Amino acid sequence: MQHGKYRFIVGFLALPLGLYALFVIWPFIQSIYYSFTDWTGLSPEFKMVGFDNYNRMLDDEIFWKSLQHSLLFALLLPVVTIGLALFFAFMINVGGRKRKNGPVVSGVRGSSFYKIVYFFPQVLSIAIVALLFAFAYNPDSGAINSVLRGIGLGDVQPLWLGDPDLALWAVMAVLVWSTVGFFVVLFSAGMASIPAEMYEAALLDGANRVTTFFRVTLPLLWDTVQSGWVYMGILALGAESFAVVQIMTTGPGGPDYSTTVMVLYVYQKAFRDGQAAYATTIGVALLVVTLAFAAVVMRLGRRERLEY
Amino acid sequence: MKTTETPAPLPAESGAPITKTDTPPPRPPKEKKEGTVLNAFSHGILVIWAFMVVMPLLWAVMTSFKDDRSIFSSPWSLPDTLHFDNWSRAWTEANMSDYFLNTVLVVGGSLVGTLVLGSMAAYVLARFDFPGNRFIYYLFIGGMSFPIMLALVPLFYVVNNMGLLNTIHGLILVYIAYSLPFTVFFLTAFFRTLPTSIAEAAFVDGASHSRTFFQIMLPMAKPGLISVGIFNFLGQWNQYMLPTVLNTDPDKRVLTQGLVQLAVSQGYKGDWSGLFAGLVMAMLPVLAAYIIFQRQVVQGLTAGALK
Repeated sequence: MQHGKYRFIVGFLALPLGLYALFVIWPFIQSIYYSFTDWTGLSPEFKMVGFDNYNRMLDDEIFWKSLQHSLLFALLLPVVTIGLALFFAFMINVGGRKRKNGPVVSGVRGSSFYKIVYFFPQVLSIAIVALLFAFAYNPDSGAINSVLRGIGLGDVQPLWLGDPDLALWAVMAVLVWSTVGFFVVLFSAGMASIPAEMYEAALLDGANRVTTFFRVTLPLLWDTVQSGWVYMGILALGAESFAVVQIMTTGPGGPDYSTTVMVLYVYQKAFRDGQAAYATTIGVALLVVTLAFAAVVMRLGRRERLEY
Repeated sequence: MKTTETPAPLPAESGAPITKTDTPPPRPPKEKKEGTVLNAFSHGILVIWAFMVVMPLLWAVMTSFKDDRSIFSSPWSLPDTLHFDNWSRAWTEANMSDYFLNTVLVVGGSLVGTLVLGSMAAYVLARFDFPGNRFIYYLFIGGMSFPIMLALVPLFYVVNNMGLLNTIHGLILVYIAYSLPFTVFFLTAFFRTLPTSIAEAAFVDGASHSRTFFQIMLPMAKPGLISVGIFNFLGQWNQYMLPTVLNTDPDKRVLTQGLVQLAVSQGYKGDWSGLFAGLVMAMLPVLAAYIIFQRQVVQGLTAGALK
């Protein structure tokens, strides 16, 4: 097996690793370096400025707003999305009534129908979803206010994305809408692999469904929930929040910076304002927040692994 | 309080969208009430969410067949006649045909490249011991958790200096590079599960390492390649952030970009019905493919998180 082994390894790794290093690793290293310069991105000249960008960032009110919003996204979105998804998945898989001679736990009728439908948004581009909801939120001709008028709530006509107090929540609702289905299907797969004897034992002990969920289902599903949590948080800090905020909000990031998030602010500083170095500084802050988030979730979520 | 043992009588089922297949046998009356409440409750909530998912999509389809005036005056009314001209206008005048073609080219190229390069790297990392193996592996999977936007600022200039900015092949290379972390992560785990004996036998028979890989291992890895292929297809087809930054030439736009640009330009053009037709046009192929390949899509998208 040794003959030509290293030549083979190098030959197979060279292309993928080279491409990855050039387009992913190298830019990451560069951006950390650029965050200590005054590079504009418009001309190739720049000089080192030490921590100037970092000091500027700490005094930048918009940066703090974007940080707040991003943290809110990372903390609240996973809680809401995963909470809803666990509830739906439990209802779908264990919520059904017992049928005669059937298994001790069963899903509701039409469980596969729900799983198919709930998954729809996951296959659509977040950009398309964002566009669709940008129209649905339109205060005059949008679908949502029109429904409110239709059910006799003609006085309640929020401006949605135009209202600085509502816009951020409207954007977050879209992210919840588009991701819940993925977790429902993910958790359903996990729940299906929990042996029925576990539920039988719980039922014999007189456990009701709430107890069953917290004492049987959730602990056995914990690993999946935890990795889903990290996954959702990274999405909420990164690409998904960029797309919804950039497409849906006025400004983008408005009104009055009420929806701006870190990833959007990086983009705007680099490609709109010609402040590439400062943009990378905010990007480094985003990297720190992302890694800290992942570390905290993994740390807090650590439990003894249950084998079954 | 509530138990899974309790049955529900017929009326509780009325909210279910699927027709009944069997009738419940009579149960002790004491337990009946609790079960009914819970069953109606869980069904009710599930039905409401199904509505909330489907209604915006149906609304979009409906709107794409209406004329501009009725889109604004009565958002929920059915179209008076089916305005198919919206669709043809979107396809030709609004350049949807170009956006589709660009997307197909970019995704086709990147998907093949991702699978080939990803499986080569994953195979070596999974099956061969050499110094630096672990380091390279973690280098790859580390890319999954870093915020891509941070790298995009310098990447724009890297790509520009190489003359790859606003080119289809440049975009393909970037897509491949950013798809590698998950692909390598997934396929490394997959190659580890394959038996070693067959590859060894082939090697003893005189096959080279690369021949063993292409003729023995790749065919064996087909299920894994399909899963990760579907995952990458959807991710690349729906990609928005990478092209927004690296593909600013109006002629090279991919679908997602093109639609967003179309929406922005409606501020002065006012062809909203055409825009909705474009949106639905972009939605339908993926939804149709999902419904047909439902099982594989779900497996492909959830496989990574379950590992």
